[in-house]
Amino acid sequence: MEIFVQQLINGITLGSIYGLIAIGYTMVYGIIGMINFAHGDVFMVGAFLALIAFLALVAIGVTAVPLALFLVLLIAMALTSLYGWTVERLAYRPLRHSFRLAPLISAIGMSIVLQNYVQIAQGARVKPLPPLIQGGYTLIDNDVFIVRLSNVQILVVVTTLALMAVFSWVIARTRLGRDMRACEQDLKMASLVGVDVDRTISLTFVIGAALAAVAGIMTLLYYGVIDFYIGFVAGVKAFTAAVLGGIGSLPGAMLGGLLIGLIETFWSAYFSSEYKDVAAFSILIIVLIFLPTGILGRPEIEKV
Amino acid sequence: MNGTVEPILTVEHLTMRFGGLVAVDDLSFSARPGDITALIGPNGAGKTTVFNCITGFYKPTVGMIRLAHPDGKTFLLERLLDFRISQRARGSRTFQNIRLFQGMTVLENLMVARHNPLMLASGFTLFGMLGLRTFTNAERAAIDMAKYWLDKIGITSRADDPAGDLPYGAQRRLEVARAMCTEPVLLCLDEPAAGLNARESAELNELLLFIRAEHATSILLIEHDMSVVMEISDHIVVLDYGVKIADGAPAAIRDDPRVIAAYLGVDDEEIADVEAEVGT
Amino acid sequence: MSRAAHPGKRPLDILAALKSAVLAALVAFGLFSLLIGLRTDQGPTGALVLTERFGELGAFVAVAFVGVFLRELLLRDKRIDIVRFVPPVVTAAARRIIPFVGPALLVFALVVPVMFFHNRYLLDLSIQILTYVMLGWGLNIVVGLAGLLDLGYVAFYAVGAYSYALLAQNFGLGFWICLPLAGILAAFWGVLLGFPVLRLRGDYLAIVTLAFGEIIRLVLTNWQSFTGGPNGISGIARPSFFGLPFTDGEGGFAATFGLEFTPTHRVVFLYYLILALALVTNIVTVRLRRLPIGRAWEALREDEIACRTLGINTTNTKLTAFAIGAMFGGFAGSFFATRQGFISPESFVFGESALVLAIVVLGGMGSQIGVAVAAAVMLGGFEFFREFQQYRMLVFGFAMVGIMIWRPRGLVATRMPSVFLKERKIVAAEFVAEGRG
Repeated sequence: MEIFVQQLINGITLGSIYGLIAIGYTMVYGIIGMINFAHGDVFMVGAFLALIAFLALVAIGVTAVPLALFLVLLIAMALTSLYGWTVERLAYRPLRHSFRLAPLISAIGMSIVLQNYVQIAQGARVKPLPPLIQGGYTLIDNDVFIVRLSNVQILVVVTTLALMAVFSWVIARTRLGRDMRACEQDLKMASLVGVDVDRTISLTFVIGAALAAVAGIMTLLYYGVIDFYIGFVAGVKAFTAAVLGGIGSLPGAMLGGLLIGLIETFWSAYFSSEYKDVAAFSILIIVLIFLPTGILGRPEIEKV
Repeated sequence: MNGTVEPILTVEHLTMRFGGLVAVDDLSFSARPGDITALIGPNGAGKTTVFNCITGFYKPTVGMIRLAHPDGKTFLLERLLDFRISQRARGSRTFQNIRLFQGMTVLENLMVARHNPLMLASGFTLFGMLGLRTFTNAERAAIDMAKYWLDKIGITSRADDPAGDLPYGAQRRLEVARAMCTEPVLLCLDEPAAGLNARESAELNELLLFIRAEHATSILLIEHDMSVVMEISDHIVVLDYGVKIADGAPAAIRDDPRVIAAYLGVDDEEIADVEAEVGT
Repeated sequence: MSRAAHPGKRPLDILAALKSAVLAALVAFGLFSLLIGLRTDQGPTGALVLTERFGELGAFVAVAFVGVFLRELLLRDKRIDIVRFVPPVVTAAARRIIPFVGPALLVFALVVPVMFFHNRYLLDLSIQILTYVMLGWGLNIVVGLAGLLDLGYVAFYAVGAYSYALLAQNFGLGFWICLPLAGILAAFWGVLLGFPVLRLRGDYLAIVTLAFGEIIRLVLTNWQSFTGGPNGISGIARPSFFGLPFTDGEGGFAATFGLEFTPTHRVVFLYYLILALALVTNIVTVRLRRLPIGRAWEALREDEIACRTLGINTTNTKLTAFAIGAMFGGFAGSFFATRQGFISPESFVFGESALVLAIVVLGGMGSQIGVAVAAAVMLGGFEFFREFQQYRMLVFGFAMVGIMIWRPRGLVATRMPSVFLKERKIVAAEFVAEGRG
């Protein structure tokens, strides 16, 4: 029981991070129908930007952790968004009307570029960061098990919830959200009725990258160590989450993220940690076989 | 009607629902062998849905669709997988928006339609890999059949061009020819005359009449173009909002007040007036 | 510059170009300020320390500024179109040469070991290229012909390699027995994966195959007792010349044929082995294309729904494409194992799948020659940039993006009909579909 509660907490934390990345995949897929393969690496870039921004802030004397974190959040989100925007502008926009595989291959290329760029610029070794936020609450403490809820975990989940709330509001209520939903329905029609499609797509990438940056910061705080390769695995899992939840659906992305996070932590706890990724990927395959459009995805009626 | 001939296609109590929407509601009709049967109705009447049920793309919510071969074998189409309907039950179809293999040549398109016999002759690829006589002979026969149809639709000279390069009317006829290459017992045509000009439309009529005259293939077609329907069909079924409102010979349908009302969008109360006018 | 002065062209707009350049410089500054301008390294205490690199940052920003400024000035509204600069004479000549490219390449491939007998490095590179040619041809069946996007092709390569290694080690089977077994096992895995997932469409299939590739790699890494885990399997039996080992002394290949012993014999043998395997792949593919099954693959790529109305069992058709593609991947894998003598999960990462897919797409989906040329260019390019170790992957990534922008349908985008009545006319690229799977 104690293990269960502890793993539930850990799983939700991890799932929140996956969910934030998954939103980037699901939005881009919803609007232009491509797998933005470089998105995982944008997340990795976000984590690096956060790390360097933090060190730079410390170097210039900003040592108060809450203030530093707030500034890091702003800087990392802004600069990662710039990366998201640039990737779209350079590698995807020229391929908007190209054939279907082209953007995917281009995205794989961009993913390789980002990974190697960071590796060259910052070195291949892992980057450790001492824990910035310490402490937490002990929920259960009998003699055998201690169930802890750390402050970092609270921060991760609360931030994710807050961002989700803001984001849902943007989609549901703002002009931008309406444009995005219009583009998702029909790109050509949207442009005919006066939606600036290029701008909307750019903003989609910007928002996705900003959320990925937040996930990067969370990863940095939660694990305290990053390297240039974290983007691939996190990206694949987040995409899995997006597909699991039903690609194109925002609540689906979050739900999928949580499921993947929970599957991973519970599998590690009860079976073996080596096979946690195997479990996550197997569940993806199984779910797709029985629910080909994911859990919250709209069923597709075959038009003939 | 002539009740002694066993119908080739019998649709009974066919109902298709999508969520709350009833696209086809308790539809029953039959088509006699050798006839050209037309399914007509205003836009959104559920004609294509009926086609999709017959050709296996949709599983009907309720109902039975029976296809009877001249040799007495019968198939319940609603129980067959879509590709089996062509393979076993020999029901073939064309599409409202032409679905040719655009990047393959005209000849290749027709050869793909001979897939099943050729697969058998190639010993599921093994004999074909070895280049055995059984396969080469079958391939030659398939090319001959393709030539026959190319000749009939008048595009023999374009056999080696990509199908996507043909003019629109020729693409329509090629799609019919491709369906015919599967040697169907029932050929379902979804708006074959859509988008054709008068001359192309006439060529298509000629092709359909030729098929009826020379081949043991019955035709079921959806059509909007009344001139086509009235000219070539032997029997017409009229749908409106998923419900059958008339069923009979062209002459009878032409004067049916309910059909006129459905097409002109007249209220139910006015039908009585229309009936009075027509004098039935 | 002279072009700008030409009447009818738009006049130089220095102000607008400057505006774009400043914008680009600002973006570049944003992008590079932290990642290039500062470097993190582990200090003596283990904590990270920052090093300033503002000079480099300045250089990057300057390059962005100058680059965009010049581009706006000189190439405004024009996409760089290399094809335009090729004179028509060259294109006409190229068209005439095309039918001879294949045979010429084949002859060249046959004489490589003779020409470069003493150049071990080149022989090794050629073997590697041929391995990827074979993988490319194998994947081409799945992606190029059947139009099914497979992002986990490396899994079958791995299955083939491990099948050979394990069969050879545990049962002492020879290469020629293991080779077909490895192919069959890989095909079996292809069917096993394909059966449930092939009704998925498009990107769902892509992600499931990717997941499958990762599952195979993770299992290979973690199933220590069976696969040797991350350490892999070493001491895999080296190939012999139909029973004659490539060893010095009595009973070896050199002694039997009265040759002076040299380790190059084995390399040459491996070269011809992979050449033969690759050619078998090619011949089988070319033949299959002309059989109903191959035609059905291409029809499937063009329009799956139309296929079903013509009575084609699309599931089985996809499965055969998957299985045959997987089988060739398995063959290539067991060749890889016997050549290296050592395998580990490291060799079967997603990057390999991406590389093979890139070769197929760059070559032009469905084109055998295109794939072969693409494999040679890609791996040759890799070697060419070997000195720039860490930069070569960066260049590779940019090259993938660039090629997609410049020639999204690959080197050979046209299609040869599988059957013809009077003449075999090449089908232009714009008609050929790319598949929805």
